[in-house]
Amino acid sequence: MTTLTIERLSRHFTIRDGRHRTVLRAVDDVSFELRSGETVALVGESGSGKSTIARMLARLTRPTSGRMLLDGVPLKNGYRAVRRYRGDVQMVFQDPFGSLNPAHSVGYHLRRPLRLHGLAKDSASEQRGVHDLLDRVNLRPVEVVARRYPHELSGGQRQRVAIARALAPRPRILLADEPVSMLDVSIRLEILNLIDRLKQEEDLAVLYVTHDLATARYFASSIMVMYRGQIVERGPSDDVILGPSHPYTHLLASAAPDPDTPRPERADLRALRGGQQTQSDRSGCLFRPRCPHAFDRCPLPVPMFEVAPGHAARCFRHDPAVAAGPR
Amino acid sequence: MTNPSDVVLSVRDVTVEYAGTPPVRAVRGVSFDLARGEVLGIAGESGCGKSTLAYAVTRLLRPPGRLVGGSVTFTPPDGGDPIDVNALAGEELRLFRWHRIAMVFQGAMNALNPVLSVRRQLSDVFTAHEPGMGRRQREERCRQLLDLVGIAPNRLSSYPHELSGGMRQRVMIAMAMALRPDVVVMDEPTTALDVVVQRDILEEIDRLREMFGFAVVFITHDLSLLLEISDQLAIMYGGRIVETGRARDIHAAPHHPYTVGLLNSFPSLRGERQRLHGIPGNPPDLAHPPAHCAFTARCPYAFAQCHEIDPPLAPVRSGDGPGTLTACLQYDRTLRPAGPDEALVQGRFDLDRLGTSA
Repeated sequence: MTTLTIERLSRHFTIRDGRHRTVLRAVDDVSFELRSGETVALVGESGSGKSTIARMLARLTRPTSGRMLLDGVPLKNGYRAVRRYRGDVQMVFQDPFGSLNPAHSVGYHLRRPLRLHGLAKDSASEQRGVHDLLDRVNLRPVEVVARRYPHELSGGQRQRVAIARALAPRPRILLADEPVSMLDVSIRLEILNLIDRLKQEEDLAVLYVTHDLATARYFASSIMVMYRGQIVERGPSDDVILGPSHPYTHLLASAAPDPDTPRPERADLRALRGGQQTQSDRSGCLFRPRCPHAFDRCPLPVPMFEVAPGHAARCFRHDPAVAAGPR
Repeated sequence: MTNPSDVVLSVRDVTVEYAGTPPVRAVRGVSFDLARGEVLGIAGESGCGKSTLAYAVTRLLRPPGRLVGGSVTFTPPDGGDPIDVNALAGEELRLFRWHRIAMVFQGAMNALNPVLSVRRQLSDVFTAHEPGMGRRQREERCRQLLDLVGIAPNRLSSYPHELSGGMRQRVMIAMAMALRPDVVVMDEPTTALDVVVQRDILEEIDRLREMFGFAVVFITHDLSLLLEISDQLAIMYGGRIVETGRARDIHAAPHHPYTVGLLNSFPSLRGERQRLHGIPGNPPDLAHPPAHCAFTARCPYAFAQCHEIDPPLAPVRSGDGPGTLTACLQYDRTLRPAGPDEALVQGRFDLDRLGTSA
């Protein structure tokens, strides 16, 4: 049983505009846990900080503050420690056209991690490893695919290679950052089903970063919704999608294309649209300029309030102390 | 079918080829009718020919792309003689575009000129198409246009990079509205946008359509979006339309195995969870299109004749209403007297028959 614990993780970027300096809080005090055999979805719009979180977990970006613990042990710095960590935590990127080197064969892409992580002693075991990886992601015949170059493969096949490469060091945690958004619709579910199958077979902990609520609900057991660097709602997938508690989640869910829901039920969306403006001050609820329910307490710092067991929202409407209850 | 007198755009057997060795037939014998004020959704995956079709209809094809057959006829809804779009040239073509058919392209970032202000780009439309208009009047019209799509008129002086993705797309739509066209062709207008912004844009398009009554050809790969917004739907695969009909009929009862597979590729946001999967395999290589149905290789319901015949669109009898057309031999009663496969009728994409697994 593996757990990756994220405690109060933040990442700030300084933006220089002439002599002006502003601090962008891409990720602001985020805590959660990834556990073996579970998929957690991180959803939000572009710029909400979801990819920055994935990159920090992959140790591609350094957090400004906060800490991460693998099986309860805080992460160490240094080349060897990071390499050992990367053996445990692997990432699949969004763009299968950019994440593979066009000058190298599929076999090369898979041999390298096997060699770097000391999993193959000689070229025979290396080849066995490559073929085994290709077999696990259903790229057959394995001997033929191993000799192919990225440009000879379709988008879906390339993403399978990227997944095989991520599996090579036998990771326990897989970070999937929008793994299907560049692929054709008919291919997407194949790739997501593959990740889901591998999760079960290898008992992986999966972080699924996406903007697509429907697949998040479908593949993840729990969902975290991000808005401007903060997690504003978290809970079991069905609870979050079918009974959104934060007004922002509600907005996202009602904006998503859904031919099964008749249009009149979306009427309340117009009210939610409000202003697109964002405020520069980060005190209180960040969603309040757009929120139809905003009231006098919203400029105060908002903690997460439990709505139901395991389901929480960063919204004062769910504060048990608000006498009227949720409005 | 739609009332013939209402048809504004009639496309017949359009075939487009990209020169090369061998040439690639991106669109193969596509026909459709677009009625006044209607939304026709064209769905398909990348490489199915949907964007090429849009370019062909608006006469925007550039070499090596070439229209090798078929006709596009525009009938002005305000009366007047039908216009053979393919025969237009020079000044006539220039007048036709933007006045009659406007286009909103995919990726507003690339479609707007980054070094010209919004004002310059909007007023260009008027300078080019209504040369008699004075400077002050142009400015006034530009302000109205921005206001129309919900952007503050003081944004006229902005440059594209100063606008958000959603605003840029709104500017594109404003530009398309400039001369009150009868038909607007939209090629993936919301693909790069976040869901909330996408929803705003869709509502904007809806509102403008109510105001001006133009017809829309809406092209996207997002079938769930199309089902929601379209009146008519055409599903493209391998350069052909494989199924077409009213959107709600196709949603309720898809016929072509590809449509069924595509519908099974989208998990429902709120519906019950069921085991879903995409469509295994890859789209056909249109440089070497098969002589038979292009979907056969990925189709769980293919039988012997599917490897020989490329079926044309034919009506399928089901329930009342105008009915759906589909190009599938499963519905050919001479080949299958007993009717189509039971699982296909139930809208299941039966993977087991393909003998593959995820």
